Amino acid sequence: MQRLSILVLLIALVATACSTGGSNDSLTVYSGRSEDLVQPLIDRFVEETGIKVTVRYAGSADLAATILEEGDSSPADLFFAQDPASLGTIALAGLFSELPSSITDMVPARFSDTDNRWVGTSGRARVVVYDGSKVDPSDLPRTEDGFTDPRWAGRTGIAPTNGSFLAFVAAKILSDGQDATLVWLQGMAANSSPTYSKNSPIVAAVNAGEIETGLVNHYYLLRALAQNPDEVGRNHFFTVPTAGSLVMPAGVGILRSSGNQEAAQKFVEFMLGDIAQTYFAEETFEYPLVPGVPANELLPPIDTIPTPDIDLSDLATVLDLATDLVAEAGLI
Amino acid sequence: MNDKTSIVDVGVVAGTPAEAPGRVRTQIKKAPWWLWAGALAVLAPVSIAIGTLFLRAFGASSTVLDTLFTTRTLRLTGRSFLLTALVTVSAVTIGVAGAWILTRTDLRLKAVWAIAFALPLVIPSYVIAMTLISSGGPRGLFADLIGVPLPRVTGLVGAWITLTLSTYPYVFLITSAAMHRTDPSLEEAARSLGSTPTRVFRTIVVPQLRPAMGAGALLVALYTLSDFGSVSLMRLDVFTRVIYAQYSGRIDRTPAIVLSIVLMLIAGVIIWGEQRTRGKGAYFSQKPTRPPSVYRLSALKRLGAIAFLVLAVGLGAALPILVLSGWALQSVSAGEGFFVSWPAVQGSLTGATLAAIVAMAAAVPIVVLGVRYTSRKTVWLERSAFFVFSLPHLTIAIAVVAFTVKYARPVYQSLLVLVVVYAAIFLAQVTGPARASLLQVNPALEEASRSLGKGTFATLMSVTVPMISKGLLAGGALVFVTTLKELPATLLLSPTGFTTLAVRIWAAADEALYARAASSALILIAVSVLPVYYLSIKPKDVVDR
Repeated sequence: MQRLSILVLLIALVATACSTGGSNDSLTVYSGRSEDLVQPLIDRFVEETGIKVTVRYAGSADLAATILEEGDSSPADLFFAQDPASLGTIALAGLFSELPSSITDMVPARFSDTDNRWVGTSGRARVVVYDGSKVDPSDLPRTEDGFTDPRWAGRTGIAPTNGSFLAFVAAKILSDGQDATLVWLQGMAANSSPTYSKNSPIVAAVNAGEIETGLVNHYYLLRALAQNPDEVGRNHFFTVPTAGSLVMPAGVGILRSSGNQEAAQKFVEFMLGDIAQTYFAEETFEYPLVPGVPANELLPPIDTIPTPDIDLSDLATVLDLATDLVAEAGLI
Repeated sequence: MNDKTSIVDVGVVAGTPAEAPGRVRTQIKKAPWWLWAGALAVLAPVSIAIGTLFLRAFGASSTVLDTLFTTRTLRLTGRSFLLTALVTVSAVTIGVAGAWILTRTDLRLKAVWAIAFALPLVIPSYVIAMTLISSGGPRGLFADLIGVPLPRVTGLVGAWITLTLSTYPYVFLITSAAMHRTDPSLEEAARSLGSTPTRVFRTIVVPQLRPAMGAGALLVALYTLSDFGSVSLMRLDVFTRVIYAQYSGRIDRTPAIVLSIVLMLIAGVIIWGEQRTRGKGAYFSQKPTRPPSVYRLSALKRLGAIAFLVLAVGLGAALPILVLSGWALQSVSAGEGFFVSWPAVQGSLTGATLAAIVAMAAAVPIVVLGVRYTSRKTVWLERSAFFVFSLPHLTIAIAVVAFTVKYARPVYQSLLVLVVVYAAIFLAQVTGPARASLLQVNPALEEASRSLGKGTFATLMSVTVPMISKGLLAGGALVFVTTLKELPATLLLSPTGFTTLAVRIWAAADEALYARAASSALILIAVSVLPVYYLSIKPKDVVDR
């Protein structure tokens, strides 16, 4: 019996040992960006600074909800998200600490929080990916609204549960209104648009000849082309301002509850430094946001992409509504 | 006597604890408190977490109603039931047919076939899904290879094929073990009286196999209902996929929680339905004393039988392994190397080993209570182990996250919680075979030990545990293998920085980076093969006896 109580004690000890920890020179990052994309960069950060980093990978909205539940005692020091809506959720809850203007001034104002609670690290444009061997780009609709036309039935892939798509739907709610957005989603559903879990399978499906078009972020195709230049997919950027051509930043913020603000700030600075910005341009094919670092030469300059007049900080207020509308339209 | 067929006993746990005790009932004595403490250590926290999920859902009543009473939820329920029914029927058909061919006919090399036929067991359903998806389609593997593009299987058909392939081995193992236990004299008598083989099969074999088939069907139905990885890759909107979408896409988690509860209730309905339709009839037979006489296959039927086996094994095991190897070779020749993530290998082995150890440790007090101190309470204890086993892992994980973040912060996101959840989920896989072993231990042995001055605890450790060790280890091996493949609980509950092979495969497959998933999948399969072989597919046990 005594042995048993000793065992119980031991288990309790191990448990607390497992859960605590976290010294001054280590950071915990919640990353909504995928491991494939950002782990190499984080490894570089560890190399440069000697600060240890542990990363929790999951969906951006998922992690935002996790941080909300954890509240003031979140184990996370930083939240690295792929969309402004998830970042805005944490900002609205007052869980981010304010970033110094020396950091936020590094990127154009439209890619950061109005109150400096998070900063954009790289830009991603919403585009139409199409099968260059089957589709003439001049036949593509002027905006995403054209894809509800019956002639596109079954030919346009979407990722209704993906963070980027939901952020785009949130942007559409802000620019076109809730009703118009629902009608559009219902139109996509009525067209039996094939649904995927993420952007990359859509690009893969276009390249595999399974579908002809898809609504995605711009960089997945560039990644696929870098691996195999014979792929048939091509990117199309809308030429009129619409939610479907929105450039949205991935970004990062420091949690107020972090006992490690200084190291966390170094992480943010690193993500805006030359190494990281060049990495985003050359390895993940995103738009670097710090002026002076050139984007991939296959991409139109970021300033030439027409975007609707909405404040990205407001996206968080309609993110759950976006999921509700997607569900109401029957897409999940 | 045959505690290697542990999967069989998992099925048996489903309904029998209520009836089975009483057989070895000794005089009623009070169980020591530590036995109860040990029995509850793993089950109680998880059950409490699930309980609080209900509280939380009903705390937010308006959202609950909004989520529940929509045509969408109805459609979802219909689709989930349809998939479950389709998979159950086809997996039971294939499993029973295979069991009959491999126990009752004169097919040669039955021992080898039996191993091959059960092989899909080691391949996670999401890996089968991934290989099916990538080999079809206009520019898929088959199109490249033979120039004829096969249609790409996705959606309902894709999920149906995938889940049938990954579940029929369970039915096969359960029913072939049962066929070995049935007395062939009935079949022979019927045949000598002029019945056709089909008639014998229908009127003699099937009724005798009814309990085994019921257990198998239940296992398949629950597996299908809770499968998350393959339906997601096949893009079929059933409960698990939609719950995960709501969970990961929204800030407010209430809809995910409400749908989780609906899914749990559906699992409950399926268990209840199986119990209700279970025949009241009992079939008594002596332990067979001689091998059954074999049914001679004509050349044509032999060809048919072989074609059947080849098709099942080909799609369920050979195709995945070949496709994975092809990709792995491709990435090696492309200079990317054989992509091994050591942290993932380490994480998988750590998680699975700890889960197996904890599950075995927790199973001992449960079966000892159930067999030696039988009471209404112990029946509930064993039932709750089965109930947790039958719940979708995604819903358990959601419940545990919500519970630990609020009420158990010191262990929140710790390895301890992940291991306890693994152990609780798969506990029934150990209690089944361990219980079967213990029923064969004469209680007089334990009494002798105690009368010679050993305490109850010392007796348990030095007499009982060694005598049921075979059953425990068989169950532990099964826990090890199923933990390796486990996906949703691992995704939601892993400590920060902890990763496993299953998670890496999933993450890569979800991004359609199939080649990157290949090497992890091959390692996972290789690690699973040995314990599974030890477990159940010993040719001697299944075929020759």
